[in-house]
Amino acid sequence: MAPTKVLRVRVESDRCQGHNRCCSIAPELFEADELGNAHARGDGMVPPALEAKAKLAVANCPEHAVRLTHE
Amino acid sequence: MSSSTRHPPVEDWATDFDHRDPAWVENPFPIWDELRGRCPVAHSKRFEDGAYFASRYAEVREIAYDAEHFSSRRVIVREKKVPTQPAPPITSDPPEHTPARKLLLPAFAPQAIALLEPRARALCRELLDAIGSARTCDAAADYAQHIPVRLIAHMLGVPEDDGDLFRRWIHLVLEVGNSDETVILPALQEMSAYFIAEIRKRGQQREKGMRGDDLISFLLDAKMEGQPLSDPHLLGTLRLLLIAGIDTTWSGIGASLWHLATHPEDRRRLVAEPALMPTAIEEFLRAYAPVTMAREVVKETSVGGCPFKEKGQVLLSFPAANRDPAVFADADKVHIDRAENRHAAFGLGRHRCIGSNLARLEMTVAIEEWLARFPEFRLVDGARVTWSEGTVRGPRRLPVALK
Repeated sequence: MAPTKVLRVRVESDRCQGHNRCCSIAPELFEADELGNAHARGDGMVPPALEAKAKLAVANCPEHAVRLTHE
Repeated sequence: MSSSTRHPPVEDWATDFDHRDPAWVENPFPIWDELRGRCPVAHSKRFEDGAYFASRYAEVREIAYDAEHFSSRRVIVREKKVPTQPAPPITSDPPEHTPARKLLLPAFAPQAIALLEPRARALCRELLDAIGSARTCDAAADYAQHIPVRLIAHMLGVPEDDGDLFRRWIHLVLEVGNSDETVILPALQEMSAYFIAEIRKRGQQREKGMRGDDLISFLLDAKMEGQPLSDPHLLGTLRLLLIAGIDTTWSGIGASLWHLATHPEDRRRLVAEPALMPTAIEEFLRAYAPVTMAREVVKETSVGGCPFKEKGQVLLSFPAANRDPAVFADADKVHIDRAENRHAAFGLGRHRCIGSNLARLEMTVAIEEWLARFPEFRLVDGARVTWSEGTVRGPRRLPVALK
């Protein structure tokens, strides 16, 4: 039986420049720190209902800092 | 003097480009399309030590990320170079750049900027009230230009009525100064004198135990690596905050209104589907990105197979990158529902526009409030729209008929 696929988002902090696109598109998954740089909320797990938003956050990051991983 | 008499007409955009040419000012997009196809890095001898212009996203990105060869100490391409005028962090390179930027970031983070929304909305409504039931107005001069001026005055804690002063300085530094460098230094000195007086006022208020929560007070208290800012640093940053936040956002709001005035199908759709506002604003930012930055070559290199010689000036066109069909499908078309839009309107890399959250708030609120008041509007028949000359592009006269 195939293992259940877990989707996670992550922001590479050395690439993030605080454009804030991910936080605007998917506030359920990302938040900004006091400098305006983004990180994933909690453990970054993406519920199925938010998968499309997670993909949009990846596709709109000008710095290619948002990553989506399948575990 | 008109632009055409000041600068000889351009014969070949690849070897003699001039971003002050009337054809470029009016409609630069076909010029960039042509260059992308035949000469991705154009050159021009019209500017001291020569100037380069990259028209494709890949080269713009590469230059923006490369502080080793491309310095930010000159952020405006000028006919004659003027002595560099530090305005940290926009004119800073690593390693000085990081602390100078970091101290400003909290004041412009999304959560701090969100607090300004009620003031932004109220001032848009005041401007719309002043237009009242007029049948026509100038959407650039009567509306768009006042929004960033008043909001930045509010943030700095200076009188909103000083806006005319601010706009004159900006016009001299960003437009007139591109061809006549003698106006720049006096304008910067006037700005410094203005801020010195404001700083003195705050000193007097503090003696009486009063402390403002405005940006000038914030910078007076700011520490960089444990030390208060030096006077030149403080004044440079204040000049930057004033210059960078005004005609840029004025241009963004104006260009969005120009699009909606000339594309009734998009205007009707946005009125009917307000949930499209976020993608519409990002698309206006992509297609009509107002800001072109500059760099100076500090070490010879090559980008996109083209040599960049030391001392050369570089026009770093995020607006041209945003129109590159290699990165954006239908790059020359505006889709207000474009879901994937990795545009570079606020720059790329360490110099990402620090005011981007503020600019987005102002654009969103300005367009929402305008459409709530004037869902139907179009250009006045036969009226001429004029666009700014220089490195910030937006409509400066935008006569619209209101219904």
